[in-house]
Amino acid sequence: MKKYLLILTAVISIITTGCLKDDEFLTTDPTNLLTDDAVWKSSDLVLSVLADLYDRYPEQQTITNWAEFTNFDEAFPSEAGQYWRTKQVDYPTGWWSLWDYGYIRDLNLFVQKCQAANELGADARARFLAEARFLRAAIYFEEVKRMGGVPLILEPMEYNFSGDPTYLQHARAKESEIYDFVISELDSVKNVLPDDAGIKSRATRAAALAMQSRAALYAGSIAKYGGATPLVSLPGGEVGIAADKANAYFTKALEASQAIITGGKYSLYKKKAEDLQENFAALFYDKSNNPEVIFVQDFKLKSGKTQDWTLANQPWSSAEEQQGGRVNPSLNLALQYEKLDNTFAPFATNNGNDYVYYENPGDIFAGRDARLGGTIMLPGSRFKGVPLDIWAGVMYWKDGKYNIISGDNFGDRDSIPVAGAPRSSQVVGTDGPVDGLQYSAQSGFFVRKFMDPTVGSGQIGTRSDVWWVRFRYAEVLLNAAEAAFELGQTGLSSTYINQLRERAGFTTQLTDAQMTFDRIVHERRIELAFEGHEMFDNKRWRIAHKVWNGENISAADVTANLGKADRVNTMIYAMWGYKIYHPGNANDGKWVYRIVKPSNVTAAHRFNLGNYYSVIGSDILSNNPKLVKNPNH
Amino acid sequence: MKKTFVYIALALTAFACKKDNYDPPSSSLSGHITYQGVPINVSSKDVTFELWEPGWGKNGAITVNVKEDGSYSALLFDGNYKLIIPPSQGPFRSITNAETKNDTMLLTIRGSRDMNIEVMPYYMIRDAKLTLNGTTVNANCKLEKIITDVNARNIESVFLYLNQTQFVDGTNYLARTALNGGDITDPANINMSVNVPDNRSGNGASGDQDYVFARIGVKISGVEDLLFSEVQQINLK
Repeated sequence: MKKYLLILTAVISIITTGCLKDDEFLTTDPTNLLTDDAVWKSSDLVLSVLADLYDRYPEQQTITNWAEFTNFDEAFPSEAGQYWRTKQVDYPTGWWSLWDYGYIRDLNLFVQKCQAANELGADARARFLAEARFLRAAIYFEEVKRMGGVPLILEPMEYNFSGDPTYLQHARAKESEIYDFVISELDSVKNVLPDDAGIKSRATRAAALAMQSRAALYAGSIAKYGGATPLVSLPGGEVGIAADKANAYFTKALEASQAIITGGKYSLYKKKAEDLQENFAALFYDKSNNPEVIFVQDFKLKSGKTQDWTLANQPWSSAEEQQGGRVNPSLNLALQYEKLDNTFAPFATNNGNDYVYYENPGDIFAGRDARLGGTIMLPGSRFKGVPLDIWAGVMYWKDGKYNIISGDNFGDRDSIPVAGAPRSSQVVGTDGPVDGLQYSAQSGFFVRKFMDPTVGSGQIGTRSDVWWVRFRYAEVLLNAAEAAFELGQTGLSSTYINQLRERAGFTTQLTDAQMTFDRIVHERRIELAFEGHEMFDNKRWRIAHKVWNGENISAADVTANLGKADRVNTMIYAMWGYKIYHPGNANDGKWVYRIVKPSNVTAAHRFNLGNYYSVIGSDILSNNPKLVKNPNH
Repeated sequence: MKKTFVYIALALTAFACKKDNYDPPSSSLSGHITYQGVPINVSSKDVTFELWEPGWGKNGAITVNVKEDGSYSALLFDGNYKLIIPPSQGPFRSITNAETKNDTMLLTIRGSRDMNIEVMPYYMIRDAKLTLNGTTVNANCKLEKIITDVNARNIESVFLYLNQTQFVDGTNYLARTALNGGDITDPANINMSVNVPDNRSGNGASGDQDYVFARIGVKISGVEDLLFSEVQQINLK
């Protein structure tokens, strides 16, 4: 009886609870995703939606994509699969093409829904909205940098399934209109965003102003220098900005920069004044109370969101895995750093017909701009406390001349073929360079910027949480200096530049008369190397087709015209050190340097007029007949 | 059982698909880019024109490369095409087509076709003479200005290039010399010379060759692509 009662209870409970009513059928809330209604009530959930949008911020060269830094002769790619980058002549016209309307639509949707989200707190809602508009300005800025004017879509568009999509097709805006949109949008969000220098990974007032200053500067220089390349323009203004708009843009760039400078919340990083090179390197990896950094992509250890820049580029001598050393800064870049007496000079490798002999491997780099050693790991310096071991071989004296012996692997040993020499001695550095050996310092240098000195940063299982700096105070100063220079205020311009140079160890200030276009270009190249500016800067100054003109350069060309804006830079050169073996001679054990071209550098890069504005894909063009093609394709 | 399954699976795959359901393109379109029948020489891999075949769902051009001697060829399906030379391509301008009244040319492909495309070059290099004198290559030529109306352009510079291979142009050269456009006194008599480098075993060639290839290139101001003379082999021995 008891048994039947049990069964009966079970059956009844199954019947009454097992099935839903008819009208509830198929209306069960999903358990694995959040609905709009649920999200827009909670600021925590909105923040996670926003986090995804932040994560999709457009980049070209960045620390999570090391190989892109090796395209423009700033660095050599020391990895076997990447040598093609120094072997191809032309840059494909679609390489940095960007048409990310998926991202723009998601931002538009966010803006639309956030405006309607009454259940959020007013302050939180205003900040979210301003952040999304900041990101939307960022993507439009990135679009206009690469493509020129693009259709300006500020509402999420919906298809009505009528069979006629023509109402969704929009023509391209003028290049100036996109810049104007970016500038005015940032103007309207800057007062809503928090004015807090402690916030680095979310949009702040200073981040908006910094982006505005960069955008206005780009627009101004395109207006001013666009005349140099008349072929790079379209009659409808989708590409090219009228020259008479230049001054207004430069004025805006200067105002935006000065708003940050006079705001007083940011300053140049000078925490390690006792070692200026280390100070410059620390500015990128020091994440506590960093006064210079404005806006970053942040990373966190043990969270799944880490980056592998240090893993990819660690020197072999202190490597924590069997890899590293990929980005090898070129001699071309290293030569740009001035001597501390404000003069340009090649590294002294030769004195007449003889080499210059150095006591220590690092002596050849002495007395230079501290940013040289802060950006590039030089022979004779240390990383993670381990001395670098970069030298290409031994030069031994035999038969009245120097002969070279070298190895073909890291730190190889061999016997120097001279009577009395030890049977086995090291003949090449533990870090290379060995020509063609991946992960060795094939240019004679490793990159230092963004490298993380923390133990474990080079391990696959740990990686690094050093952030990627998108905007920093030094760039704001450079923007201000350039805008002031273009507006004829050379005195103001030199004031800003001299602050950066003082931090780099220069004691003699530049005078107003020394402020030239070449100087502006030079300071940006060395201060902002490996921060993703080089190509876009050369593009807006319309000198990219002169810098990368497809013509071979010789070792003599590399050391000539230092500090000139349109200096040809089509091929990477290297500088390799050698140890002298000449027992009994005064030069025994000293170091000499030679300028060589790595054998994997075979082609001279050429930036065609068609590279100024990327090709718009034929699928995009045929979907929307209102789009006009970019010029020179 | 397992075996039967395998056999069935094999049998299914054998009958599942037809071979390609249409033949590959077989009609060739070839010819030269010419001015009054004379081919216009250009740099390699730099000059292209576009063929469009309307009537399909999406539009996309077939890009045809022009070789360094001004010749081109494309393997196409039979059909009606539109040919257009994009304005930025080549050291020349398109001629207005009599049929379409613009720069588009209508093309019907039924089987192979040999066709020269007439264009208006800014200049023509006439009577290029490249001779060896000791270890120097001397060049003499005449520059004839073809476009003299409002679209006329000046000469920015004239180059004489040497290379080990037949590809001789602005990115492929062993040695070169340049003459500034402003320094040209008589366009009908241009003289240049360049030394043959001692070491001719650069990239892509092994051992010293006893010949080089040479040609003259003309950079026209405001035009990206250079105009060239015909490649000429120069025997050094």
